[in-house]
Amino acid sequence: MPDPHAIPLAAPQFHRLAARGGKTIRFTIDGLTHDAVEGDLLITAILTARGSLRHFEFGEADRAGFCLMGACQDCWVTLATGERVRACTTLVRAGMAVIIEGTLP
Amino acid sequence: MTAERDATVVIIGAGPAGLRAAETLANAGLRPILIDEAPRIGGQIYRQPPMGAERDPKSLYGFEARKAARLHGVLARFGDRIDHRPERLAWNIFEKTIDLLGPDGFEQITFDRLILATGAMDRALPFPGWTLPGVFTLGAAQIALKAQGVAIGKRVALIGAGPLLPLVVYQSLKAGADVVAALDVTPFGPKIDAFGGLLKAPATLVKGLYYTASNALKGRPIISGVRAIRVEGATRVEALVWRDAKGRTHRIACDAIGASFGLRSETQLADLAGCAFVFDATARQWLPDRAPSGRSSRPDVYLAGDGSAIGGADVAELTGERAALTLLGDLGGDLGMRTDEGRVTRLDKALAVQRGFRTALEAAYPFPRHIVSAIADDEIVCRCEGVTAGTLRKAARDRGAEEMNRLKALTRCGMGRCQGRVCGGAAAEILSQTLGRDIAEVGRLRTNSPIKPIPIGEALT
Repeated sequence: MPDPHAIPLAAPQFHRLAARGGKTIRFTIDGLTHDAVEGDLLITAILTARGSLRHFEFGEADRAGFCLMGACQDCWVTLATGERVRACTTLVRAGMAVIIEGTLP
Repeated sequence: MTAERDATVVIIGAGPAGLRAAETLANAGLRPILIDEAPRIGGQIYRQPPMGAERDPKSLYGFEARKAARLHGVLARFGDRIDHRPERLAWNIFEKTIDLLGPDGFEQITFDRLILATGAMDRALPFPGWTLPGVFTLGAAQIALKAQGVAIGKRVALIGAGPLLPLVVYQSLKAGADVVAALDVTPFGPKIDAFGGLLKAPATLVKGLYYTASNALKGRPIISGVRAIRVEGATRVEALVWRDAKGRTHRIACDAIGASFGLRSETQLADLAGCAFVFDATARQWLPDRAPSGRSSRPDVYLAGDGSAIGGADVAELTGERAALTLLGDLGGDLGMRTDEGRVTRLDKALAVQRGFRTALEAAYPFPRHIVSAIADDEIVCRCEGVTAGTLRKAARDRGAEEMNRLKALTRCGMGRCQGRVCGGAAAEILSQTLGRDIAEVGRLRTNSPIKPIPIGEALT
């Protein structure tokens, strides 16, 4: 039975400490629209919206990145264009469509 | 224009070492090519937020704001006398050719002389729950704060085994993050014993003591001698459990962890360049053999900064300048004539003092063997491929894996996207422990290109 007190993966992982000026950037995760701020890395955009970036290929687990400096390669995510990007070294762009749960259209 | 001045000199890495090297070469009249993966210069410690996310330097870099500003100003001061090529991954080196992947696809550069200033990353070690979403490195917690103004969680636990821990705790508290635990997995005693040696760099020691005192005053003193750390959580981090130096067990609810155990040099490009490596017993890592002059075993390749020996940002600057001066002397002609011997002597003296400080610092934070001993058989060691400690131990015991490359071939550990960058150190520790041999005897993973993932379609065209 699932633990009723468990924190769901849908809850955000990252939390903004200081409000930053800058344009709001709309992007989507699995078709749902989210807001990010100009200058956000894709990992920031995704993890301020939810708790994981991708499913782990070799087991029942999710991953949310690890090193944030482009070294560990834990944060590769798939875009609806079929392109794969490293979320900690890629800036979020307006209209970016991240696919986590679904399959490519 | 002399022939020497036409030499193609490439620097890989635009952190403190690479920037000081670039500045030194440009001052002598060369136009070095400065390559880095990031869009903006600074490396990790002086990392600049992306365009549009800038903030006040004082809040980003604290005491180091002036040093950061000086380094960030290098490109503005030298203009096109430094050929800065950002957003380029150097993914292979063969003889004198560097393969790059940049915004416009693949490129090659052929160099006459090369300075490698590839930096370091956090040393990771597995502990129960370390692959759960919400567990990051200490460096990651710091980058989240500095480059993005975000905390890695609502309730953050920070774990370390080196001087990065008090700094990241300090920076997190200052930025307004809720740090619920600050745990040092090394004992307190050696820090007292090392005090005399740490006085060799009094300014650095005072900063460290200031961070420590400030953290304590803010109610988050660092607890030393912590063992048996374990993350709990169904699908993500929900709590951290640990044992204190007196043997009492603690549990605290949290949703993020920043944990690492010292630093690890990024040595892949030096390996691909064919530089000779030596085992460093303090770093517990094979490192490219770097002479005090910055020379590698290859006459046309020089080494600087944390990528060849961990020394921190100040040492990185000194070694960057030192390697550049050696290079200028080697180029000869009117460039060699103008090498300032007085400057070389002063740099070597400063570096000798820093080496003494570093020795004391390493003694203050001894390698946490207990973390390695506690790795259970079902724990994942290789995050990319999901290879467990049990699989590694079995391969060592029953399948004749007596050396790291054999272990990789048999288990896939280190074969994934990160190329063993994260798991290589831990796997060597496990192999050495299982075989009952010194870690120097289990060898090191051979580097393969590409050192980071590249689109294969483009590589073929």
